[in-house]
Amino acid sequence: MKVAYYPGCSLSGSAKELDISIKAISGPLGMELIEVPDWNCCGASSAHSTGHFLSFALPARNILKAESTGCQEFTAPCPACYVRTFLAQKQFNEEPEMKQHLENALGQKFGPSSIGIKNVIEVFMDKFTQNFVKKPLKGLRVVNYYGCALVKPPKIFRFFDDPENPKSLDKLMETCGAESIEWPYKTECCSASLCFTNQDATFKACRDILQVARDAGAHAIVVACTLCQSNLDMRQSQVNKKYRTNFNIPVIYFTQLMGLAMGIPADRLGLDKLFVDPKPLLRSLNLI
Amino acid sequence: MREVNITQTLSQNKDFLKKLRKESGQNPGQCFQCMKCTGGCPFQFTMDYPPSQIMRMLQDGLVDQVLNSFTIWTCATCSTCTTRCPRDIDIAKLMDTLRVIAYHRGIAGKGRNMRVFHTTFMNSVKNNGRLYEIGLALGINLGTGNLMQDTDVGLPMFMKGKISILPHKIKGLNEIKKLYDYARKIGE
Repeated sequence: MKVAYYPGCSLSGSAKELDISIKAISGPLGMELIEVPDWNCCGASSAHSTGHFLSFALPARNILKAESTGCQEFTAPCPACYVRTFLAQKQFNEEPEMKQHLENALGQKFGPSSIGIKNVIEVFMDKFTQNFVKKPLKGLRVVNYYGCALVKPPKIFRFFDDPENPKSLDKLMETCGAESIEWPYKTECCSASLCFTNQDATFKACRDILQVARDAGAHAIVVACTLCQSNLDMRQSQVNKKYRTNFNIPVIYFTQLMGLAMGIPADRLGLDKLFVDPKPLLRSLNLI
Repeated sequence: MREVNITQTLSQNKDFLKKLRKESGQNPGQCFQCMKCTGGCPFQFTMDYPPSQIMRMLQDGLVDQVLNSFTIWTCATCSTCTTRCPRDIDIAKLMDTLRVIAYHRGIAGKGRNMRVFHTTFMNSVKNNGRLYEIGLALGINLGTGNLMQDTDVGLPMFMKGKISILPHKIKGLNEIKKLYDYARKIGE
């Protein structure tokens, strides 16, 4: 099955390992990823803080490019990209005034948009079954951290999961053979959108999440969001410095763990790109 | 607390409140102060007014205080408030709209860093079509004067191959330019 793939800016930079691991697992799961041609930044989170038109038009251009590939589905791994693109399609089809603006700006007429906008969890959730698991992640205890953007706000987006107690990642991890621990911070915001501008808020939010994960007895935090990942992983050393804590919790993309469970070698999953090295943990459980 | 003549503030700000309702599609008048938004807000501790108070201030026409608040800038748009509001107000969307209005009015105040961030970000996308992460980080440090911010994570990021030194420019930059030009034309 062909899927239009929108990596977004972070997957070619700070979240390279998500891109690497998605590409590693999608083939075996029967998916062919077609990169959206000449895609542009979706504008999150500055476009919607500075105007209405660009926050719609930037992702709308990507949708038009994706439609040109002939794929039925579009997927954006970064939740911020996903949300902005989903919203842009809704406006494209339901707000004639906005669409008119876009047509005026580009000097072209457009028909309605029909490509299905899906989050990458949604895409994999349907396809990943026990049959793909070659090497169960036995003994690995994780907390699944969804962050805020993936599941909120539910009244506007038709989300695939519960906004207060989502389960999709938990189920994926259980299929992988890992133990998903219940914890109360599944969807607490990590403050990534403030990580350049109000770092006190960011460090406190990250400290709280890391602390609750550790108290829950997790070996690792499983994430799907690029911004959550870099905040909790890259900034873990900064949190330790500020709060004199000694967190050393690997923050791993669900796609990397799915890859491991599918028997894909660790060096093809971008594990070396994580800041808190997950290898000692994985080695101690004989998973790599 | 000082006295406020609500009849006066409301009549002075009638047009603004109408514009806010239209642009956001939300009516703050629906709020009955249950405070679920404030209770669930992860960043209330860094705000000058909690979200429920912003709602009340809008009901009372205290527009200047709202537009000059730090709250509208330090809202992380996590939408926990929107998810839980029993009156179905999209509070995060209201915050977004207030931020857009404050941005265009040139109100900086306590949200100065955020203004620098958003301006640098949008310029990066305008010039390249994609976000140029190093350029963004440098631009923010220069713009805010926090020159040493995140220098400790810069080198490790580079060593892990997560930073590209040069920006990637997309082929369709002329289309991006058309979109930006149009945004300016319609006053955004």
